Amino acid sequence: MHEMSLAESVLQIIEESAQAQNFQRVRTVVLEIGRLSSVEPDAMRFCFDSVMRDTLADGAELQIIETPGTGRCLSCGTEVEMLEKYGLCPYCDSPHLQITAGNLMRVKDLVVE
Amino acid sequence: MCATCGCNSHDVLIGGKRPVRGIGAISFRKVQTPPDKTKHEHPPADTTTRVIQVERDLLARNDTFAEANRRLLNERGVFALNLVSSPGSGKTTLLVKSIAMLQGKLPLAVIEGDQQTENDAARIRAAGAPAIQINTGRGCHLDAQMTGQAMTQLDLADDSLLLIENVGNLVCPAAFDLGEAHKVVILSVTEGEDKPLKYPDMFRAADLMLLNKCDLLPYLEFDAELAITYAHRINPQLKVMRISAVSGEGMDEWLNWIEAGSRKAIAAK
Repeated sequence: MHEMSLAESVLQIIEESAQAQNFQRVRTVVLEIGRLSSVEPDAMRFCFDSVMRDTLADGAELQIIETPGTGRCLSCGTEVEMLEKYGLCPYCDSPHLQITAGNLMRVKDLVVE
Repeated sequence: MCATCGCNSHDVLIGGKRPVRGIGAISFRKVQTPPDKTKHEHPPADTTTRVIQVERDLLARNDTFAEANRRLLNERGVFALNLVSSPGSGKTTLLVKSIAMLQGKLPLAVIEGDQQTENDAARIRAAGAPAIQINTGRGCHLDAQMTGQAMTQLDLADDSLLLIENVGNLVCPAAFDLGEAHKVVILSVTEGEDKPLKYPDMFRAADLMLLNKCDLLPYLEFDAELAITYAHRINPQLKVMRISAVSGEGMDEWLNWIEAGSRKAIAAK
């Protein structure tokens, strides 16, 4: 996946928020990253630090909330937990699983001063 | 830097020129004020902090550009395909052959994405189609903004076909919508059958898989049925065609699919 581009998207969201909400420094960035979103949290941490350098979020703490993946089997209708984006329904072996949660990646909150 | 593939997003060139404005992910200017690290490490007692709820998706910016591209393509009846694969799957050879076979049937243009060189765009132009090269520098995928700028420079014809050859990479291009009608993933039989399991995001994002270089099957141990089974495990709706851009096998089916898609795009204008 592409954590460098995504970390740069985080910075842009922060800079736009800084203009709209009138703040100069960011202490903490809270990201919500779904289990099925294809973002590696460790890679994101690495990219985050390098992208935020010399910006208003330099040195900011990155908190990542990892949300679980869930899906619905289109064959038997059961709600199932999904650890991967693909797989077979544990109840009926169908591959027709529709993701219902856990594919988001977004900036949730900022702690600013 | 992208921990998966070591990519970075500097040095983007479109048609050999640096774009006037920043491109996609690299357009974000760093703020000028150097940070006060002392303040960060030892915040004064009277510093007031507040929590701001943002709740914004990381891909929203790309998706906004992608929607603008899609709107433009739809209005003009242009059928756009985003071709994705590993390096060496035969994408450019497939394009050259497709261009030759579509000559006189459907006007088309090509956007070529590679980290470096104009080689592929030159091959496409030699085959008789207008082409523009996007060099992504160290970037590992095309994004919707650079695609939109390339579309403008290409001067697309109404009711035509736009083929976008993405950077050879089965990982990063999966997440970036360019505004295309379909992603087409190309898997060649000189790769492993389990590529769909190893790189599921791409096979999930695609609507069509072309199993390329099928003329080589007699000389390989590649199990085509197994590869297709794996691909359907990831994406049960994935349409599959067995082709060889070199021998011509399956090319009619692929081009018929393109022409049917193009007719639909023109009718829906």
